[in-house]
Amino acid sequence: MTTLTTSVGAAGPRRRAQRRRRAIAVAFVLPALLLLGALVVYPVLFSVGRSFFDAAGTRFVGGENYAEMFRDPATLTAIRNSAIWVVVAPTLLTGLGLILAVLVEKVRWATAFKLLLFMPMAVSFLAAGIIFRLAYEEDPDKGVLNAAVVGVHDVFEDGSSYPTARPREDQGLRKAPDGSYGTAEAVSPGSAVTLGLVGVPPKEMPAEAKPASSAKAAADEVRGVVYLDFTPGGGGRPGVIDAAERGLPGMAVEAVRDGGTVATATTAADGSFRFAGLADGTYTVKLPAANFAPPYEGVSWLGPALVTPAIIGAYLWIWTGFAMVLIGAGLSSLPRDALEAARMDGASEWQVFRRITVPLLAPVLTVVFVTLVINVMKVFDLIYIIAPGPVQEDATVLATQMWLVSFGGGNNQGLGSALGVLLLLLVIPAMVFNVRRFRRSQS
Amino acid sequence: MSATVTAPPPSQPSAPPPPARPVPTRPRGGRLRRWLGNGLVQAFLAVVGLVWITPVAGLLLSSLRSANDNAASGWWTALTGPGQLSLDNYTALLGNAGITRAFWNTVLISVPTTVLVVVLAALAGYAFAWLEFPGRDWIFLAVVALLVVPVQVGLLPVAKLFGQLGLFGTIPGVVLFHVAYGLPFAVFLLRNYFADIPREMLEAARMDGGGEWRIFTRLVLPVGRPAIASLAIFQFLWVWNDMLVALLFADSSSQPLTVELQSQVRQFGSNIDVLAPGAFLSLIVPVVVFFAFQRHFVQGVMAGSVK
Repeated sequence: MTTLTTSVGAAGPRRRAQRRRRAIAVAFVLPALLLLGALVVYPVLFSVGRSFFDAAGTRFVGGENYAEMFRDPATLTAIRNSAIWVVVAPTLLTGLGLILAVLVEKVRWATAFKLLLFMPMAVSFLAAGIIFRLAYEEDPDKGVLNAAVVGVHDVFEDGSSYPTARPREDQGLRKAPDGSYGTAEAVSPGSAVTLGLVGVPPKEMPAEAKPASSAKAAADEVRGVVYLDFTPGGGGRPGVIDAAERGLPGMAVEAVRDGGTVATATTAADGSFRFAGLADGTYTVKLPAANFAPPYEGVSWLGPALVTPAIIGAYLWIWTGFAMVLIGAGLSSLPRDALEAARMDGASEWQVFRRITVPLLAPVLTVVFVTLVINVMKVFDLIYIIAPGPVQEDATVLATQMWLVSFGGGNNQGLGSALGVLLLLLVIPAMVFNVRRFRRSQS
Repeated sequence: MSATVTAPPPSQPSAPPPPARPVPTRPRGGRLRRWLGNGLVQAFLAVVGLVWITPVAGLLLSSLRSANDNAASGWWTALTGPGQLSLDNYTALLGNAGITRAFWNTVLISVPTTVLVVVLAALAGYAFAWLEFPGRDWIFLAVVALLVVPVQVGLLPVAKLFGQLGLFGTIPGVVLFHVAYGLPFAVFLLRNYFADIPREMLEAARMDGGGEWRIFTRLVLPVGRPAIASLAIFQFLWVWNDMLVALLFADSSSQPLTVELQSQVRQFGSNIDVLAPGAFLSLIVPVVVFFAFQRHFVQGVMAGSVK
């Protein structure tokens, strides 16, 4: 009797204690689960359902929205661009990260370098977008990238040209259909010509330009001068070289006879040129059209053709440090002995890299690649910010298209939901891979 | 994620380059080639570093030049003509009511979000790791599965829901959305970290008669500090830098800096004197956090990249 009462009396509190423990556990998880249920689980179900209805949400259309994705040209562009992103960006990032991770181990300032390259991970896509809008500015006087491109271009090709220069009316030069200028009257050896041009703004005059001068020509040569027939401040006489008037250096000049070029020259700092050793006869002195060609203006980075590669470039700037640090961590866990042994056996650095480092790193490289695929798939802000308004439709990807279709004027929430679901389906495999690996490494 | 969680923090100097050991078996040409090769490596990395720093330098210098200077020439002319530089744009920015309000909105969104995510995830993570309740493991698996959901899928339905609740266009709405989408990863990370606490430690604490709440605050939270710090930094950064969520859920009085600046990108070119300092203001906070907490920062970003 006594034993019975004690056992019954003990079971009550134990069950009560158990119920109490459960209540505590539920109190611990409930806030998180409520939020997840209301704002994540319910929306997924809603989106899946909504994707089977039309734009207004009133008529059931079955798979029509999913079929529409592959018919609508804008969505097709988005799918194509997303494919480019997903293939190109992770590949380049993994490769670049690998190369930098291997190289940075060989220098003493590795830490500083890693910090510098990792820093953009802290920066918002918006700030990065503004940074690269500045860098990709098309005017080479403002965009640093085009300034560099034009600089390199002009090293290899003579950049000295006068796009705005033209002769005065009736001062002895005639324009040819190809844009070149030739002397109206024939020129014979032993004579000198003065070719006055106008229309070169003072700030575009080359710094080396000197006051123009003309000299007498010997019997078998034609001499001449190309100059700016304009006196700053006024007072100059048209067709005459006045004291303050300067030569136009670097101008190409040709002597033409019977339609063929027989001699070429380039004007000196004072604008003078000379064709020596000319046979008797009559010539035309010609200023070829190349002198007046507009200067090279660089690349249209944010034009329709290059906008996607340009934005991928900005993305590389942000994520390369991530790939490098992750691969570097894998690299530091490689067996040093294997690498050293190979080096002692006379293997070159390239052989060590190709035959030992890369195969041993393969698992880490896969992780980096897959992680990047997930993140690339969701890229939105960068495209939204960098692509200028009119080019946005050339740069669009699934994430931006989903936004445009649902909220940005399209207002087709059926198609928008279908795009969201497609995005979800595409991310799932990469995600499963990552979560599995995470769990393995945790256990 | 062992490879990443054990990543050596960049603050610690990595292994010094192998000293020039005498290698008698190697021909002398080899050492010369090695030396030359190292020079090439240094030069290459220096160029890469320069390429990386140039865009930020461009932003900084542009932000210090007047609108007229920016319209007339490139920022690099300031390198030879430092007279162009002044803090006028920043003074103007601080006097710009829209920008300062947006800055405070950013703080009011990201700080509460971070605190809420950490608190809710720590509570749930502890329960999933150490407390008994029916269906525990299945529910945890479901939470992990939610990691896949991109925020894009939630935008439309939650917008409708918030519209009905009167949360649309408010800071609490933005915060709640961020918290919900930050939770799966946060719970996942903390549960896994808490699960590694030795069982004996917890049992000893229970023997001493500590309630679950006491154990949670006195034992689990202190032990979990490294993971919590990484999570907090990652979450803060994620929300501070977000544009997409706020673009939809915030109205003009609750919008953060990213959205405020985004609305001005349309006139890009004519307003660099506002955009450049604004972007710099938006990036300086995360960069300071980055340099102050390098170790937790790198680990947080690495762990968070599974998202």
